[in-house]
Amino acid sequence: MDAILLQILNGLDKGSAYALIALGLTLIFGTLGVVNFAHGALFMIGAFCAVTVQRLLSLSYEVVDETQKDFLGNPLKVKTSYVESWFGPEMGGAIIDWAVPIAIIFAIPIMILIGFVMERGLIKHFYKREHADQILVTFGLAIVLQEVIKYFYGANPIQTASPEALSGVANVGALFGTEIFYPVWRIVYFFFSVVIIGGIFSFLQFTTFGMVVRAGMADRETVGLLGINIDRRFTIMFGIAAAVAGLAGVMYTPINSPNYHMGMDFLVLSFVVVVVGGMGSLPGAVLAGFMLGILEAFASMNEVKSILPGIDQIIIYVVAIIILLTRPRGLMGRKGVMEE
Amino acid sequence: MSKSAFSRRGVLKSGALAGTGLALPTIFTASSAAAFTNDPTGSSVTLGFNVPQTGPYADEGADELRAYQLAVEHLNGGGDGGMMNTFSSKELQGNGILGKEVKFVTGDTQTKSDAARASAKSMIEKDGAVMITGGSSSGVAIAVQGLCQEAGVIFMAGLTHSNDTTGKDKKANGFRHFFNGYMSGAALAPVLKNLYGTDRNAYHLTADYTWGWTQEESIAAATEALGWNTVEKVRTPLAATDFSSYIAPVLNSGADVLVLNHYGGNMVNSLTNAVQFGLREKVVNGKNFEIVVPLYSRLMAKGAGANVKGIHGSTNWHWSLQDEGSQAFVRSFGTKYGFPPSQAAHTVYCQTLLYADAVQRAGSFNPCAVVEALEDYEFDGLGNGKTLYRGEDHQCFKDVLVVRGKENPTSEFDLLEVVEVTPAAQVTYPADHPMFAGGALGSCNSGA
Repeated sequence: MDAILLQILNGLDKGSAYALIALGLTLIFGTLGVVNFAHGALFMIGAFCAVTVQRLLSLSYEVVDETQKDFLGNPLKVKTSYVESWFGPEMGGAIIDWAVPIAIIFAIPIMILIGFVMERGLIKHFYKREHADQILVTFGLAIVLQEVIKYFYGANPIQTASPEALSGVANVGALFGTEIFYPVWRIVYFFFSVVIIGGIFSFLQFTTFGMVVRAGMADRETVGLLGINIDRRFTIMFGIAAAVAGLAGVMYTPINSPNYHMGMDFLVLSFVVVVVGGMGSLPGAVLAGFMLGILEAFASMNEVKSILPGIDQIIIYVVAIIILLTRPRGLMGRKGVMEE
Repeated sequence: MSKSAFSRRGVLKSGALAGTGLALPTIFTASSAAAFTNDPTGSSVTLGFNVPQTGPYADEGADELRAYQLAVEHLNGGGDGGMMNTFSSKELQGNGILGKEVKFVTGDTQTKSDAARASAKSMIEKDGAVMITGGSSSGVAIAVQGLCQEAGVIFMAGLTHSNDTTGKDKKANGFRHFFNGYMSGAALAPVLKNLYGTDRNAYHLTADYTWGWTQEESIAAATEALGWNTVEKVRTPLAATDFSSYIAPVLNSGADVLVLNHYGGNMVNSLTNAVQFGLREKVVNGKNFEIVVPLYSRLMAKGAGANVKGIHGSTNWHWSLQDEGSQAFVRSFGTKYGFPPSQAAHTVYCQTLLYADAVQRAGSFNPCAVVEALEDYEFDGLGNGKTLYRGEDHQCFKDVLVVRGKENPTSEFDLLEVVEVTPAAQVTYPADHPMFAGGALGSCNSGA
């Protein structure tokens, strides 16, 4: 029983990342009709925002310590961070320790800006082109972005730790009268994704801006005929989708050390999530994200693998095939989307 | 009426034959005019450095390339001479190889077997490379080694740790300086016994490809010989990034040791996940839960950050070694590049010197002469103590390091500390050991 609860938790936290990326993908597809293969790269750039903030906060000056030697036998240059010298070792240390949450503040405007530049500078020229063209250009862009990141940050993963207070494990099992220890940061990630997803749904549901966007998603031409500049709103939505992917990336860094390739690792899975959820369906993307995360976690259990060896590697695709055979529009797909 | 001497059928036949001849790869035909493939006839000789310049091991590839450039500089008489000064053989004089200036070309393996073979083939056919070296993956090493055997050039392997490279996939033209999975197990076992005792339950997470399989087999055999019980061996996809769903079952498995047969990004992520799940604070069967990473790399340890503290593993070489050879190499490399070399850099630097020295001793670039010079060759002064290049399988036998993630690093490079230098005799195995069975070394191919 404990093992099952553990895998459900695991699936929820895996699903959080899938759901957040798939939500952004669906927002872009639903509004602009663009199949954005560069969305994984936005997730990766978000993660590197956290790396950058951590490096900026850790910027340091060197003091030569004659009592210690470096690897060449020269006096050791001891590094002291500016933040620690300005705010004192305790406060400065705490600021550096909280680099990842602090990075959220910086990542939001940066990601919106990147999304805006990406949409205005490149993607808008492909609105009226075939989906195949859109896929090619955005996939190419993703490769360019990841190579740029590799040039500046290298190919190896970069350790980006969670704050000390949010590392370690918590006994989640206490809620069920048992003992199930689960990493605190992964629980934080799950709740963070719930807040972001809730925020996006509320924004679209309860604001005038959101209402116009939803109307535009349903019938772009009619909204345009009413004198509303729907293109501008859709561009803003692209920026918001980029910010969602970026925030998912920022918060993911303590879970797995970021590297330049992490976006591609998530991209294919996220597209499967979108297709399973139903192209253009925001609730479908979220539902499919969590559902596939949980299924993937269960498929990794030794008991399951002993019956179906290798199932952990294909479960998501098997489920995708079954769902598309039985519900061709996906779990919550809308009629008419991608059907012309 | 005149009758042409050329019939339609005859022209077609001749054309087809000529086309087939032209289409034959030059590596299989060029040798007819020379004594061996890419016999350097001018004043220079070209070596082919085939390293991952893109892809997940690009940082290791970059470090390998730095070491190769340093080796070429030293061979041509530049710099401070590095390990040429400490090498037991004094054949190399700093005037190139056999008086020919050493030049090099580079290829990008991308850590993909097909790409690595294509770049090696290009360096042999187009650039005239007489020797190919490099790589950061066993899959790539085995693939390129096979190509070099067919082409008639020497392959001096870079970072490859699978038993198969000098086991079932060994080739007469291929040589490995790096250690292997068996040696990791043999070196680690006594240290693990002293640290954790003989009554342990081990759970293996293993990267699902040739290197992972052979390391899992080697470590499990070595620990079971101590009396440990292997609870589970779980294969993980090479492309996996989040290992949490593989770590979670460990918690309820009854295991008290987790062995991570992972390398590169896999190692960084699986170790990070294991630490996140509190395995290091866990007490099972009345014993502290322990994690073992059999193959360590400083570049990877950097990625895992503080998670490596106190975790044991093995490594081929470490910059903190105090022997004369290691110090000379660290001084040369550190002065030129500003940071200490990795084990990948060390092994490829050694391989370049060893190849050059073998040519010098053989008096010829002919691959078969080089093979003869390297087989059963004993040397010293290259950082791992007395070393033997065994003739039966072309595997180097030398001391192996057991290392531990350092608790209080003094710099960003000071991540691992050497716990024990395991003597070569302890990691030596018979050439017909079952873990290395299958395949045959064959005979050398000079391409003639």
